[in-house]
Amino acid sequence: MISIQTVLLAALDGLSYGAQVFMVAVGLSLIFGVLRIVNVAHGSFYAIGAYVAASFGLFIAAAGWSPWLTYPAMALSACLVGIVVGGTLEVALLRRIYGKEQVLQLLVTFAVFMILEDMQKAVWGVRPYFIDAPLGLLGTVNILGINYSIYQLVVVPLFAVVMLVSLRYVLRHTRLGRIVTAVTDDREAAAAMGVDATRVYLLTFMIGASIAAFGGALASGATSLVPGMGAGMTILSFAVAATAGLGRIEGAAVAALMIGLGRSLAVYMAPEFDVLVPYLIMFLVLLFKPQGLFSVQQTRKV
Amino acid sequence: MRPEILLGGAAAFVLAIVPALVPWTAVMLTIALAIGLSVLGIVVLLRAGQVSFGHGLYYATGAYTVAFLVSARLSLDALILIPLGGLVATLIALAFGVFAVRYRDIFFAMINLAISMVAFALLEKLYHITGGGDGMNVARPTLGGVRLGRAAFEGWMFYTTLATVAIASFLVGRYLDSPLGRALEAVKSNETRLEYLGVSGNRVLHVGYAISAALAGISGAIIAIVNGHVAPEFAYWVRSGEFVFIAILGGAGNVVGAFAGSIVFEVIRNHAAAFAADYWQTILGLSLIVIIMFAPDGLTQLRFIRRKAQS
Amino acid sequence: MTRHPVLEARNLRLQFGGVTAADDASLSIAAGERVAIIGPNGAGKTTFVNICTGYLKPQSGSVRFEGREITGVTPREIVRNGIGRSFQLPQLFLDTTVLDNLLLALAAREGIWNTWTPLKRHPRRDEMLDLLEVIGLTETAHQLPRELPEGMRKLVDIAMALALRPRLIFMNEPTSGVSTREKFAIMDVVIRALQHNATTAVFVEHDMEVVSRYADRVAVWSFGRIGLEGTPAEVLNDPDVRRGVVGS
Repeated sequence: MISIQTVLLAALDGLSYGAQVFMVAVGLSLIFGVLRIVNVAHGSFYAIGAYVAASFGLFIAAAGWSPWLTYPAMALSACLVGIVVGGTLEVALLRRIYGKEQVLQLLVTFAVFMILEDMQKAVWGVRPYFIDAPLGLLGTVNILGINYSIYQLVVVPLFAVVMLVSLRYVLRHTRLGRIVTAVTDDREAAAAMGVDATRVYLLTFMIGASIAAFGGALASGATSLVPGMGAGMTILSFAVAATAGLGRIEGAAVAALMIGLGRSLAVYMAPEFDVLVPYLIMFLVLLFKPQGLFSVQQTRKV
Repeated sequence: MRPEILLGGAAAFVLAIVPALVPWTAVMLTIALAIGLSVLGIVVLLRAGQVSFGHGLYYATGAYTVAFLVSARLSLDALILIPLGGLVATLIALAFGVFAVRYRDIFFAMINLAISMVAFALLEKLYHITGGGDGMNVARPTLGGVRLGRAAFEGWMFYTTLATVAIASFLVGRYLDSPLGRALEAVKSNETRLEYLGVSGNRVLHVGYAISAALAGISGAIIAIVNGHVAPEFAYWVRSGEFVFIAILGGAGNVVGAFAGSIVFEVIRNHAAAFAADYWQTILGLSLIVIIMFAPDGLTQLRFIRRKAQS
Repeated sequence: MTRHPVLEARNLRLQFGGVTAADDASLSIAAGERVAIIGPNGAGKTTFVNICTGYLKPQSGSVRFEGREITGVTPREIVRNGIGRSFQLPQLFLDTTVLDNLLLALAAREGIWNTWTPLKRHPRRDEMLDLLEVIGLTETAHQLPRELPEGMRKLVDIAMALALRPRLIFMNEPTSGVSTREKFAIMDVVIRALQHNATTAVFVEHDMEVVSRYADRVAVWSFGRIGLEGTPAEVLNDPDVRRGVVGS
């Protein structure tokens, strides 16, 4: 039976989950908009971000420092992963395949994904990781008789909103942002403007990777980390980005919310099919809007 | 295509005598050839410039079809189970294809990946039907109406697989040479012109998609019978990735390459498993990058020659 | 003279963003006619061709072909109805030989779904060899399109459309990007091929010499519609045209 509690619980869960997925999807979308690459390894940034944050968390706990330090540590690990792993990947590999056939780009990022999955197992093993400091610090709140952790209810969605707002600000009011928007909307025109593509590509990729890693870092405080989480996240974030329309940033927030809510409703009502729901939503949307909800129609000239 | 048929025939002949001389190779070669059928499915899609990161779905479909039929105690013969595996995979591909073939490139690859991961999750979760993460055992069926002992069964399964591979290769070769198969290349090189010849690129790809799924289904069915066990991992992205990897390794473009590639792959895996199990994916990933970055000319189907038509 | 029109485009309208690419454009083509469309860049010539061949959907207006409504129908169906087209930039299958390009067109016409015969052994292969001969490209049969000069690629592109035996063909700048001398050679060949099957033709062209030599009628496009129409002599002597279009 569907009670008001169930719906509320599902809605709160969906909000928190959607917020995490949003961060990964928005990075994927941002990168696609500028680099025209769908990075199959994008979910790996999420996973590695989560593991690095968890390692910091364990280190902080072991050293007996204030658990509040886990929060800056999360931001730090996100930047670290974005700059080191993302930057290396862009400079060493992706740079050589821009403008090549999409099949090749897919294969290369898929190969990177395979390698990064192995690396995670090599560094962090296959045992689940969990850090409870961020969760434990903030305690729980009681809503209609249900205890809900403040971390999941407030912190995670709050960071997602902050991310969305600052992305919007950066895209509209800074030079880099305007270049990114111009390149996303009209490639040829942007090229004609004389954009320093190499730098913009690198920065965009590092920012996109960092956001995904930050999503992972936040998740490390809420869920246990297991091998394979990267693969699931790549596909899910693609589903979100595709539902919104690849390259649509604000759209990704709406789609992430839809998919997050849909999935958590399924968790409570038909738990065996929770994995199905995000893709059902994607398939349904794409059936009627093949380019996604918020895409701009583009026709090839002949 | 004459030279390829000769080459294929010669290779088949050599393969046919290997297990007779070295009996322990029979199972390994059977598995390699069966996997090769899935790889051939990827090769068909590569003709259209498309790659699927989710063909494990059809491979698993063939395998679970066999598992269900065997556990239903219908006493079906292996020679019936194998085509049935292909048939069910084809039907699913025809249905899902209605949606998938509307997309190309990134979307095509990712949508296939998504659907296969959904299948993987369902196979794990629907425990009471699929046996969950443990998978299902497949009791040894009769082969050609005869109930065989283990060794004889393995030997004859090898020859059954070899025959299947020979027939499939011939038919796929014929298909790729036919107008419909050549139109698959047109999907890759210029779909605008294809539409202006009055041919639907989506329908052309739909046929190719169904054929490639049929191959993967047959491949999974054989593996289920030979292994005696199926598991959700059959639908996992790692398996799909291996198919794509072998297709590229084998030279991406040709039918014989698919099987040569998968034999090499299987031999290496059998030996690498002992000392590099933890780095298996790293090895695959690195070699894939090396092949693509440094030997693109060797990959006839993947040359960087798709020119954009812009006015 | 009132021959029954083969193609009748009426009041076509299409805007992209703020640009009106077709603004109440109408044109009627009679059987066997050769109509040239001229006009400055951005006047909407290609848009008109794209609408008539189903690449773009008009926001309003209609296109009828042999009395049948074809407005907004897919290129595929339009082609099956008997309209062919060539492109400003040749749209060919670059990975396969010129002959195979044509054979695929032939197979498409004869029904791609109902044969297992390898394309190379198509029973009507000779017809395509004949077509290659008509357009003077017999020697290139086994070359890849990308090895050919632009002018030859344009011919192959036109031949692809002709292989379908259309009753009406749209050609978008069949002679752009080649020297004047070559232009006449190309057009001679094209006209010969058109006469072969009594194909009606509409072609977008910039070169006035080509227009006056090969067109029965000229439609001058400006701001998304026909500004002026008449015989080549009438049009080319119009003072506005002399100032505006010639040499653009």
